[in-house]
Amino acid sequence: MSKNGLLKNNISKRNFLKNSIGLISGLLFGVGLILSQMVNPQKVLGFLNVFGAWDISLALVMGGALMVSVVGVYIAKHNPKNLIGEPIVLPNKTIIDKPLIFGAALFGIGWGIAGICPAPAIVLLGIGQWQALVFVVAMVIGIIAYQQLIKPKLS
Amino acid sequence: MVDWQSFTPISLIGGLVIGAAASMLLLGIGRIAGVSGITASVVRIKNVEAWQVLFLLGLIVSPLIYQLIAPLPTIEVTSSVPLLIIAGLLVGIGTQLGSGCTSGHGICGLARFSKRSLVAVLTFMATGIITVTLFQQVFGLI
Repeated sequence: MSKNGLLKNNISKRNFLKNSIGLISGLLFGVGLILSQMVNPQKVLGFLNVFGAWDISLALVMGGALMVSVVGVYIAKHNPKNLIGEPIVLPNKTIIDKPLIFGAALFGIGWGIAGICPAPAIVLLGIGQWQALVFVVAMVIGIIAYQQLIKPKLS
Repeated sequence: MVDWQSFTPISLIGGLVIGAAASMLLLGIGRIAGVSGITASVVRIKNVEAWQVLFLLGLIVSPLIYQLIAPLPTIEVTSSVPLLIIAGLLVGIGTQLGSGCTSGHGICGLARFSKRSLVAVLTFMATGIITVTLFQQVFGLI
């Protein structure tokens, strides 16, 4: 094979691996969400209902997830290149600013209203929950509204 | 009061699987499994990468895979349409403004010991708890 051909072959192999990992991670993430029952908004609302009938299951989900991801991050920090040989892209902002706090506050309110956040919402779409479609459409509108109307005003 | 009747210890296993999925993405392709960010990239289309679309596809198809092994757990969505819309809008705007959600900040950010993520998680937990307390305890809604 020519040098150019070899290069193209390597890139397409890497892309195939990248895309496969993306797909499998998504599948695994979704399975985890279902198994943990976080796709059931009642479980989330129950966890946030600290002053009522308090369902602590979500704490176990976060705890379990962190147990594994802390190990993952540790390995990543000691291996700057990932499986496909590319550098690891981590968020580099460190400043705690108003958008972070205000955004998180708003997100928390929305989360507390329906008990749904982005990942479970998308899994619920796959389950065929029509309410999830309403939520996701609204969420997408919210994302676009932020990108088009709010973000330009912040920079 | 802790509601032991509703407590599901298996949630821990689900959590481990979620952590494994996030680690797979990080170690495999070096990216954060922040679903609000990935969704935003797909929505914006401009610089979207194929793996992001496939990740979301994986989330959508995961119930089918799950059901090969076990039946789906009970799922109760009780919110009315207007509340679903308001909730969705707030989540859409809030996650963008705050640069993340429960997966991005909660699972990936905390695992990196990010101070930003810690502040974000404490903040959204606080407003989430206040919201549910107001709705359920005070207004008797939801």
